[in-house]
Amino acid sequence: MSARTVLHHADISRALTRIAHEILESNRGAEDLVLLGIPTRGVTLARRLALVISEIAQTPVPSGALDVTLFRDDLSKHPTRSPHPTEIPAGGIDGKTVVLVDDVLFSGRSIRAALDALQSIGRPSIVRLAILIDRGHRELPIRPDFIGKNIPSSRQERVNVRLIENDGAEEVTIEA
Amino acid sequence: MRHLLDTKNLDRATALRILDVAEDMADTQSREVKKLPTLRGKTVVNLFFEDSTRTRISFEAAAKRLSADVINFAAKGSSVSKGESLKDTAQTLEAIGADAVVVRHPSSGAPQTLATSGWISAGVVNAGDGTHEHPTQALLDAYTIRKRRFGADSRGRDLSGIRVVIVGDVLHSRVARSNVWLLSTLGAEVTLVSPPTLVPQNVSLWPVKVVYDLDQALADGPDAVMMLRIQLERMNAAYFPTEREYSRRWGLDALRVAGLPDGSIVMHPGPMNRGLEISSEAADSARSTVLEQVTNGVSIRMAVLYLLLAGERDDERGGDL
Repeated sequence: MSARTVLHHADISRALTRIAHEILESNRGAEDLVLLGIPTRGVTLARRLALVISEIAQTPVPSGALDVTLFRDDLSKHPTRSPHPTEIPAGGIDGKTVVLVDDVLFSGRSIRAALDALQSIGRPSIVRLAILIDRGHRELPIRPDFIGKNIPSSRQERVNVRLIENDGAEEVTIEA
Repeated sequence: MRHLLDTKNLDRATALRILDVAEDMADTQSREVKKLPTLRGKTVVNLFFEDSTRTRISFEAAAKRLSADVINFAAKGSSVSKGESLKDTAQTLEAIGADAVVVRHPSSGAPQTLATSGWISAGVVNAGDGTHEHPTQALLDAYTIRKRRFGADSRGRDLSGIRVVIVGDVLHSRVARSNVWLLSTLGAEVTLVSPPTLVPQNVSLWPVKVVYDLDQALADGPDAVMMLRIQLERMNAAYFPTEREYSRRWGLDALRVAGLPDGSIVMHPGPMNRGLEISSEAADSARSTVLEQVTNGVSIRMAVLYLLLAGERDDERGGDL
């Protein structure tokens, strides 16, 4: 088991700052933006992105958490997962531009589940997808709008994202 | 989790996991669309050999909110009244393709038999067996106490230091038994209050304090007072002189409720005998959690069905409770 670091602390910060600018550019400002992270590390990333965007645009941008566990189609293939809390910002998501945020995009099944979960909460006018690491191997026709870094990987490898808030360290490693 | 048969053998971690998942289930029930796709394609059979309204519809609502198919089987009017055995009924359900069987039975231990006999491969949930246990009722009671005490900050917490008084017909009550085991596992202090004739013989082995005088128990200012239903249908002897005397000595009336400290709650598993074990003033007061218990019951049963049915089958790992 050899792990090599593909993103260091500063790389992650730079990637998030760039994504923040890209989101602002494509949305033409911070109006009606809502960032929803997918537990667990997506929530942390969404919170950080919202902060960066708020600073750049000089206006508060709400962030929250969207749990997708109960909407997954692969529950019976794994030991029972415990759901996480879903936190929708006070303004809701109806008519808003929702940016889904996750750490790693792999099969695309979490995102499919997230789209279903969103539907049970409300009707956003636009849904976009921001991802820190795109490692390929999609099983569904899902494509991210904002990408921190493309990391080609084999299916057998593990991509680990560690964030200060969740893991006490800040790096992205790839394990053979 | 493979089956949910009792709370006596439920460890603290599993109990807390059920309560925490129920929190997440409750959150989904305040959304625009309450139905979740989680258990699509699974079949839940409600197998009821004894009358029940709220427990059956609670399980039915829970299964339907998770998109499972529900088959309701009531013993009355079925082949059971023609003499079919539990084994044959169970095997019929197996042949239909049941993934979970929710069973209520007048004989203590029937769900255990169903789960361990090898007649069926489905997960078994005990929805009340004789005078043995009613685990989902105890779980929803614990959830209700925790929710009233900690509100949105409930996740992960147990009931350490919380004092609960359980009043009434302990002898015939499976609700009392399940609550005694679960509440003490979660760290609560349980006091039973009952006429001496309605105290079980082996109560000295339970982790509880027994008191015969209700006012004495209430004077300590408990956090929750749980009233049990006087089960007239199970009373085949004279356990107390008259209903009026029972009501006067062990009933919760307006005066006794008024003496409770701020923040203590009044619970009842239902159905209530108003005027017997609980007065209307007590049942309808702001302290009463009777309807919250019903609402929370759906969340708890969703959590139990989810933990039983959603993950990969853990037969191999011996995941029995």
